[in-house]
Amino acid sequence: MTKEDCQKLVIDIISDIAPDEDLSAIKPEIRLRDQLQLDSMDFLDIVMELRKRHGIEVPEADYSHLASLESCAEYLTPKFPTKA
Amino acid sequence: MAYDWLKGIEEHYDIVVIGSGLGGLTSANVLAKCGHKVLLLEHHYQLGGLATWFTRKGGHIFDISLHGFPIGMIKSIRKYWSQDIAQSIVQLKGVRFINPQFSMDTTFDREDFTRQLVEKFKVPAETVERFFTDLRGMNFYDNNPETTGQMFERYFPGRSDVQRLLMEPIAYANGSTLADPAITFGIVFSNFMSKGVYTFQGGSDVLIRKMTTELKRNGVEIRKHVNVEKILTATESGTKQVVGVVANGRTIRCRAVLSNANIKNTVLRLAGEENFTAQFVAEAKAVRVNSSSCQVYLGIRKGETLPHIGDLVFTSDEPTFSSEKLVDLHTTSRTFSMYYPDTRPGLDRYTVVVSINARYADWNNLSPAGYAEEKQRLIDESITALERYIPDVRSKIDWQEAATPRTIEYYTRHWAGTSFGTKFEGLKVSMDLPSQLRGLYHAGSVGIIMSGWLGTINYGVIVSNQIDKFLVAQKRAPEATPPIV
Repeated sequence: MTKEDCQKLVIDIISDIAPDEDLSAIKPEIRLRDQLQLDSMDFLDIVMELRKRHGIEVPEADYSHLASLESCAEYLTPKFPTKA
Repeated sequence: MAYDWLKGIEEHYDIVVIGSGLGGLTSANVLAKCGHKVLLLEHHYQLGGLATWFTRKGGHIFDISLHGFPIGMIKSIRKYWSQDIAQSIVQLKGVRFINPQFSMDTTFDREDFTRQLVEKFKVPAETVERFFTDLRGMNFYDNNPETTGQMFERYFPGRSDVQRLLMEPIAYANGSTLADPAITFGIVFSNFMSKGVYTFQGGSDVLIRKMTTELKRNGVEIRKHVNVEKILTATESGTKQVVGVVANGRTIRCRAVLSNANIKNTVLRLAGEENFTAQFVAEAKAVRVNSSSCQVYLGIRKGETLPHIGDLVFTSDEPTFSSEKLVDLHTTSRTFSMYYPDTRPGLDRYTVVVSINARYADWNNLSPAGYAEEKQRLIDESITALERYIPDVRSKIDWQEAATPRTIEYYTRHWAGTSFGTKFEGLKVSMDLPSQLRGLYHAGSVGIIMSGWLGTINYGVIVSNQIDKFLVAQKRAPEATPPIV
């Protein structure tokens, strides 16, 4: 799992949560909230989808790591199981 | 022998959901979609909690809940239910106020309120702008002790007319008062102001039927006529946890319970004091339940029509707004929810539901004869009030009926018949519940901000996330591990 792959997985989740948003031009370093109409319920949905799709648990104290695509990848990539 | 409403259920579920209000229904759906085995139990013969309906002879269908919610419902329904249900949500554009201080028609959104506050109420545009912006920025975690009344005085000092315009509709929506924390007003009002008031086209009956179909598709086992009497606990490895429920006299095992009952019912009756620390019990007992409601249901005879007088009409003869007067047994403040044929396309029928805020104690202490008399008075006064706007309405009514806080208590079992959940402090008790008793969760109308259609659905999802986390961890734990002694 590379950080680029991880960003793609997060974008996949967001595209299901917010199907009306244009995700083609998201800037990875900018906060998602500043580029998209995402509210706190949407971030909760991201947390639930990460658990459901990838078995990754994000504790409440770490929610701030989901702010931008870049911070998501930084935080989440090591949590993906390494393939044998 | 009585019919067994639990016939055919399994011995064990991941989660048992007690109660089918919108919070319980949404939780059940979300958790089933997460892959958990869900059993949903409702004591009434119909799902929906207060988001429900009833039918009467003459072809009448009456919706219970006040039919208006913020635009955020579209997004929540799409995400946690289905695109199909979300597409049935339509705007109600005719919101009307009639009282001794002002008469006003509005679409109940920020743009129109700003215009009318400036032009009609002569409030400086800068003040209105600052009020809306500050309200949007209010944060639950700020712990601001300011009350709604104090906040109004800060922006609109001495303007009882402006304060009435802002407060009256929200008092009907969530039962909050001028003495409650300003956040309880701010969140709900901001949600409405973003784009106006919306409703579900087709009525509560269609909504709940579509939700039921969705629940079944996702594998939720639904049982009505089933009253949960007790939540069962056991101490395992030194920790007390939920192991099941007793419902209709039968034991059902489960890993977790989500109670969509009132929080006081949940802690003090369903689980019981013995399962909690003395301090937590004291906190739960100290939670104040909110006020309640009366409703008058008026069915218009088939073939008759009503003129369009607005969708939601807030009326009152009180000289100024008062939270106390609003719940008085003899209040003159009423909201008329007008149901025209486009509410239920194809039926071509009209109904009127009159909502009146009320105190449980006023209605619970009446003799049977006194109770019947007061109900009839409520109906008569409501029809007389409606005649001011529709002079010949009385002759068109062929069904009239009233509900009181006692009716709400009977059908929902809510503590003290509340229709608006609890005051602010109820939220903390609700959120602390799982840390007090492992596997027990609560989602329901608490803290005022988690009330209403949107609040309760979103709270159901917030709690579902915690339950999902708990269940996933439980399922992952290797079962063969011997208990640590």
